[in-house]
Amino acid sequence: MKVNGKETTREVDPRRLLVDFLRHDLQLTGTHVGCEHGVCGACTVLFDGETVRSCIMFAVQADGHEVETVESLADGPDDLHPIQVAFWENHGLQCGFCTPGMLMATKELLEENPDPAEEEIRIALAGNICRCTGYVHIVSAVRAAAAGMAAERMS
Amino acid sequence: MKPAPFEYHAPDTLADALDVLAQLGAEATPLAGGQSLAPLMNLRLARPLNIVDLNRIESLSSVRVEGDLLEVGALVRHSVMERSDDVYRAFPVGRVVAAFIGYPAIRHRGTVVGSIAHADPAAEWPCVALAFDAEITLARAGSTRTVPADGFFKTMLTTVREPDELITQVAFSTTFDSWGFHEFARRYGDFAVIAAAVAARVSDGIVTEARISLAGAGDRPMRLLGAEAVLTGRSLDGDSAVAVAQASVDLVEPLGDIHGSAGYRKDLVGVAVERAVVDAANRGG
Repeated sequence: MKVNGKETTREVDPRRLLVDFLRHDLQLTGTHVGCEHGVCGACTVLFDGETVRSCIMFAVQADGHEVETVESLADGPDDLHPIQVAFWENHGLQCGFCTPGMLMATKELLEENPDPAEEEIRIALAGNICRCTGYVHIVSAVRAAAAGMAAERMS
Repeated sequence: MKPAPFEYHAPDTLADALDVLAQLGAEATPLAGGQSLAPLMNLRLARPLNIVDLNRIESLSSVRVEGDLLEVGALVRHSVMERSDDVYRAFPVGRVVAAFIGYPAIRHRGTVVGSIAHADPAAEWPCVALAFDAEITLARAGSTRTVPADGFFKTMLTTVREPDELITQVAFSTTFDSWGFHEFARRYGDFAVIAAAVAARVSDGIVTEARISLAGAGDRPMRLLGAEAVLTGRSLDGDSAVAVAQASVDLVEPLGDIHGSAGYRKDLVGVAVERAVVDAANRGG
């Protein structure tokens, strides 16, 4: 399988969840484990380019597929993705637990719909729960990210 | 929590999958999208000894129009129903209904057939399967059978599928002249508290055949034959919607749970059916 662009081969127990594989076997701890039954969205990653819940997939199912985690967004703190910059600048995270899922869901949204209305943002992120209840700032951050990505495309 | 240990089988062909099911029977559980099964395994409410992962069987990903039917293979995801223009042209209700299911990340993975196999009484596809006169194909090593949706759902999470059978496709009728759908859920993406689907054949403005089904109103998705009889012979309009809604309320005895009491659900049945019939009227036919 390919993880964040890198070919990766591991032998895993069938019951190994994809999220635990990413965190424990590959040390990619950016993806968070929240509810562990597909409700909270903290474990959202891209699987062959589409968002999935990595807590309700088995790692063996990723054999031959491509997974992108939140680590794929930036090489380091000095080189943040426009979505990350927008979350930073707009107070789009408080405790940060839901953030990896929010970022990946936002990435999918903005790739499909570069200029979403507030209602469209709220629907796209409805499956990502923020227990700090910081939704107003998260929605602002996504709008700012859309603008930031548009500016990046222009330059 | 984490799932209990299991043996993992990942057949490449349908024949291989059916062989595994023939050997293991009730000790094997097919896995398609896993959006209900994996949570149940994580919570240890399900402890299958063997998982038969269907995701490598390419032939099951096919969705196509065949005569008067939209044939949806066992690996067709909700998001395909939502986004495919070919599906939309033949079966527009598919796009409307798919958007009610979970969230994008769930719809990318979860499957139409998986939802029907799981048979949650509050799920959307089983309800739509009843309204749209669906046929469900079950295969076992050496034979297949086709069961109408009307005879498929037995009770909560239970269908007529035998342990060595695999549901390979559901085929929805594309021949209805008009249709409507309405769902009440607590929040966007939740299972229905009550949902209603209506499919009708209309001739010269008069309904000649109607099928009306509900999700969330009992231990299984159900048709409302008495309400269908009320709609048949009338025009598709607001007055008919009110008459059909009243008949519907009298036909159901919903169960109450944390998402809605029995009485509340009974009230919602009337409103959902009325709005679904109005939806059908607005779509013409």
